[in-house]
Amino acid sequence: MIEGAIWRRWVFFRLPMAIFLIFLLFPFYWMIITTFRPDGELYIPWYRANYKPFWTWNPTTAHLKYLFGETTFAIWMWNTTFIAVVATAISLFCGVLAGYALSRLNFRGAALLGTTIFVTYLVPQTLLFIPLSEIIRTYSLGDTPWSLILSYPTFLIPFCTWLMMGYFKSVPKELEECARIDGATRWQAMLYIIIPVAVPGILSAMIFAFTLSWNEFIYALVFLSSPEQKTVPVGVISELVRGDVFFWGPLMAGALFGSIPVAIAYSFFVEQYVSGVTGSVKG
Amino acid sequence: MTTTAGSVPHGGIIVGKPKWRPLESEGNLAMLLLLPTIALLLMFIAYPFMRGILLAVTNSKVGIIGDFVGFENFARLLKDPIFHAVVYNTFLYTFVTTVFKLILGLWLALLLNRDFKFKAFTRAFILLPFIVPTVLACFAWKWMFDPTFSVLNWMLFKLGVVAAGAGVNWLGDGDLAMLSIMIVNIWRGVPFFAISLMAGLQTISPDLGEAAAIDGAKPLQRFWYITWPLLMPVTMVVVLFSVIQTFSDFQIVYVMTGGGPANATHLFATYAYQLGVGTGLLSQGAAVSLAMFPLLFGIVIFQLMYIRRVETR
Repeated sequence: MIEGAIWRRWVFFRLPMAIFLIFLLFPFYWMIITTFRPDGELYIPWYRANYKPFWTWNPTTAHLKYLFGETTFAIWMWNTTFIAVVATAISLFCGVLAGYALSRLNFRGAALLGTTIFVTYLVPQTLLFIPLSEIIRTYSLGDTPWSLILSYPTFLIPFCTWLMMGYFKSVPKELEECARIDGATRWQAMLYIIIPVAVPGILSAMIFAFTLSWNEFIYALVFLSSPEQKTVPVGVISELVRGDVFFWGPLMAGALFGSIPVAIAYSFFVEQYVSGVTGSVKG
Repeated sequence: MTTTAGSVPHGGIIVGKPKWRPLESEGNLAMLLLLPTIALLLMFIAYPFMRGILLAVTNSKVGIIGDFVGFENFARLLKDPIFHAVVYNTFLYTFVTTVFKLILGLWLALLLNRDFKFKAFTRAFILLPFIVPTVLACFAWKWMFDPTFSVLNWMLFKLGVVAAGAGVNWLGDGDLAMLSIMIVNIWRGVPFFAISLMAGLQTISPDLGEAAAIDGAKPLQRFWYITWPLLMPVTMVVVLFSVIQTFSDFQIVYVMTGGGPANATHLFATYAYQLGVGTGLLSQGAAVSLAMFPLLFGIVIFQLMYIRRVETR
């Protein structure tokens, strides 16, 4: 019986779990190993006997030196951080206030507005990028970080609002009523009682909005043109790929270092992130 | 402490003439709180949407505002063989990847729902494909699919599936390229499905399964008659979200194949980009983008109705 249990454990749990983990994480291993592998080892065809994919005994920092010395990667990192932080701040500000209004206040058109914001939450960026690029040009925002800082909230605010609405609804109404009885105005009750209680929800929205804006691609690709304005995903694709030539070493180094900030931000807030993922689904 | 007119010095309760407080009206406060959101969404969603429609019914190019041409752009699309391929590709891509993401995601969710060592750790690592920038992860995949240096071909070679000179030409052949981008999409989407469905599983009381087990239900029966129906609301929402994201996908195809070889992997978004930004035919690009709208709109309506039905139940 116990023998059978161990056998079952391997077949129904450990083996599938191991396969899932290898499938999901192997590309990251491949990124890391390529970053530190010298070019001489990198460009060996796979059918050669000396193709040793999983390890290198001659680690090199040449690709990192190229990435940080020969390209403007450090500037792209700064641009991406700046844009992500400001866009997240704007979206949180709007989203928290809107979420409060839609979930806690009775007013005409509340249900309709809530639905409208939910619908905009589902509008993909690829639907509007062409007319939006026209408008960005009209507003003279082209090739500036502000083109992204102002357009990212279009998909971040609906998300933050939706998440916060769900969160505010879980805060008991009595909390607010007590404050009102003690003489607080609506504004004070919101600012000093309800919003502080909602901090975990705000953190979820923040971490989610930050990763979404860090990862955004198509707006950044269309709105930015000069190398020193670009964000990491766009910079990597346009400066480390020349025609058909891919600089795989620096590319993987760029991919690795471009992923690290979100991975770090994420590792600090895994719980909030997970509740953000599930909250975005449950609403 | 000075006492002002109309106030009671002891106890601190103010009973005088009420101050003018417009924000005590719920309607006024709501309007103020919603103002920034509404302003941004009008400027950067509603207005672009109108401009998009305007572009789609004119013949504008970059820097040139065109004349009104009615539905000519859409009529041209209906006759465009590349657009036919785009429609077919997008539906195929969305359907196949969603089915696999659901099956694998549910399986992974069920595995994660057990008790085991390093559970929190494992869960954190599993979400990585979903949180890192897709474009950057796609480069890792593109490098893994490289015809000459592919580690995947090396694995197949070592397993004896392919011969030394005849590796799989992952991104060079139309059907294989479609398979490749599907693999990457599934890779990125499975964590989202797994984590969301796991959260759904945790809301299902284990008592139900135990009661059924006592009544003699086998594991598969317990899953099919208890877990699956109770998980349905979460599953629906996750699937609809994923369908919207996948249907409008851009990044994976842009990096992996650029829509090639021979338009075999073009989706709505990549074709719109190629026409609108690559070639400068703004109006035709906008028309391709807008062609996604009816289906997306249908999904959203369906989703809203479903949510309402679940909520009123």
